[in-house]
Amino acid sequence: MSMAQDVAAQEFSAVVSAHRPQIFRFLLASTRDVDLAETLTQECFLKAHRNWAGFRGDSTAITWLMRIAINLQKDHWRNRRIQFWRHARTNSVDIDEAGEWLPSNESSAEQKVLAHERVAQVWKAVEGLSERQRTVFLLRFVEEQELSEIARATGLNEGTVKAHLSRALAKVRTELGGKR
Amino acid sequence: MSFKNQNEQSVPRPALHQQLDPEVLDPALKATLASFRLSVHAWADAAASRPRLPQAISPHRNRLWRLAAGCALGCVLLAGGVSTGVYQHHRNQIRIAQALEAQHQSQLAAARANQQARDEEDLLAKVDSDIARQTPSAMEPLARLMSDDETR
Repeated sequence: MSMAQDVAAQEFSAVVSAHRPQIFRFLLASTRDVDLAETLTQECFLKAHRNWAGFRGDSTAITWLMRIAINLQKDHWRNRRIQFWRHARTNSVDIDEAGEWLPSNESSAEQKVLAHERVAQVWKAVEGLSERQRTVFLLRFVEEQELSEIARATGLNEGTVKAHLSRALAKVRTELGGKR
Repeated sequence: MSFKNQNEQSVPRPALHQQLDPEVLDPALKATLASFRLSVHAWADAAASRPRLPQAISPHRNRLWRLAAGCALGCVLLAGGVSTGVYQHHRNQIRIAQALEAQHQSQLAAARANQQARDEEDLLAKVDSDIARQTPSAMEPLARLMSDDETR
């Protein structure tokens, strides 16, 4: 292996170590299926490895990787030829179960129950979002990405990202408000 | 001239990008979204560090694979059996056709031989009769004499 290839391999290895958890988390939140999220994460890094030589650094590595992950998720949905979430529902964990993973930083038991309920309501709202709205919402409020980063990762312009995010938030507000 | 209400102008609405900023969201929603984010992070961390048991990952899928492989093998065996049967049947048909053809040929040959023998017999009979007509019988003069005596 030449020196340049060795350096590239080391660079890619560092990128995998740094960003794998984030990609897996996004795919897990998108699919709510641990096995599927792991498979898509592996596919994402395999694809990234194949195209690593073509990565020119126009965007950050995480934005580039996130774009690959979003496309893989879309392809998976298209290949299945069924509603993604309808399929996911069969393999994925239940909303209540997904909401179980709440760090115990709430002070009282009552607050914990309340927080658990609210998280389950957000999951329910997320389930009702369109694919784009869900992607944008998760990137913004789970991965805490800037609107410009989301625009680059999704291939949408910032105005469209804002519109999707605004509609997604409105649905979350409605879900939370309706249950109070 | 502005048609806007005086009250509306005095309460400036936050711009869209500010509405979408987690820092500007109302405290209850902000807290809920923070809990949601933390729960997703905790879930992903737990899922990433879970022990991986290859057999325990998808026993259902393994069962499906075994079932599919069994079906495929069964189909191959069935197809093999059927095609062997068809091939044997085809070969038997050819053998029967060949036997029938040979029998027919031998019948034709026998008929031809019979016809030839019959033709030869006819030819000999014809030759005999022709010779008989041309050459008188050895007893003919004696027979003529006898017939002369009777007339006398």
